[in-house]
Amino acid sequence: MAHRGRLVAQGVAVGLVALLFLLLVWSLVTEEGGDLAAAAARGERPEAPDFTLERLDREGELTLSTLRGKAVVLNAWASWCLPCKEEAPLLEQVWRENRSRGLVVVGLNSKDFRKDAQRFARRFDLTFPLVYDGPGDVAADRYGVTGFPETFVLDREGRVLEVFVGGVDADEDRARLRAAVDRALAT
Amino acid sequence: MALAAVCAFAADAQAAGPPDAADLEAELVCPVCETTLDQSDAPVALRMKAFIRERIAAGDTEREIKDALVSEFGRGVLATPPKSGFGLIAWLLPLGALVAGVIAVVLLVRRWSGRREPPAPPAPLDPDLERRVDEELARFER
Repeated sequence: MAHRGRLVAQGVAVGLVALLFLLLVWSLVTEEGGDLAAAAARGERPEAPDFTLERLDREGELTLSTLRGKAVVLNAWASWCLPCKEEAPLLEQVWRENRSRGLVVVGLNSKDFRKDAQRFARRFDLTFPLVYDGPGDVAADRYGVTGFPETFVLDREGRVLEVFVGGVDADEDRARLRAAVDRALAT
Repeated sequence: MALAAVCAFAADAQAAGPPDAADLEAELVCPVCETTLDQSDAPVALRMKAFIRERIAAGDTEREIKDALVSEFGRGVLATPPKSGFGLIAWLLPLGALVAGVIAVVLLVRRWSGRREPPAPPAPLDPDLERRVDEELARFER
């Protein structure tokens, strides 16, 4: 009887360890972030993770998938990030130049105070949609953003064409962004 | 367990006076570097520290300041889980495990001590064998 009880206890312990191992494997396999940049660099065009977030530029929410049919420049930023300040005018310019062609620039503000983000938007006269991801659940967990800024260019079908890690400030990066936007609009 | 739970909740009750910025910085986490604010000089951590001082000056309580930061950065900004709702489990689980451990140890000790019976007296010698031993001893003494 005691032997049987010991066997049951051992079975439960082994089962728990196996369950924890499976959970670990599952979390690693389903992790979406991080791989987007590498996959885009290989030309795989992975699907951009969807999200619904509150807007900072007006009332309401924005769901990324509602922008299907338009090309999207998704820029993860924070008001305390210095390179974000340097590239903000470029993003506004790209938005104004290509809006009529079917481009939407979306500012994904993350790990920031709402009021600081709104002050930043006023300072740089940003007119494109801004969404708020204070805890960083979307930027960090779904898109694998580890630093700011990071910019994702999505085609009209919501697939990631190109990822810019760090500020888009050098002439070469600016040209690359404009080329990626043209490719996204051409899809 | 009840005493420990009371002690844990008493900490909140003490927060009746103006909150201490240093205490709050030790209880809140920088969302970028994921260390407590008092250990971080990241730009967002500096901004959060400034926010805490602003709110203390404005007369906010510790709870109000923490709630405001949670509404901006999520529950991950708290270094310790809240003592209510689902977060309460994180406080009670270790206490429950401790109590279960004590009960298990007591039960095991009782079980082991119950098994330890006094040593059985030696079995009496076979009378025939005893007689032969006596004879041998008598012969040896002669």
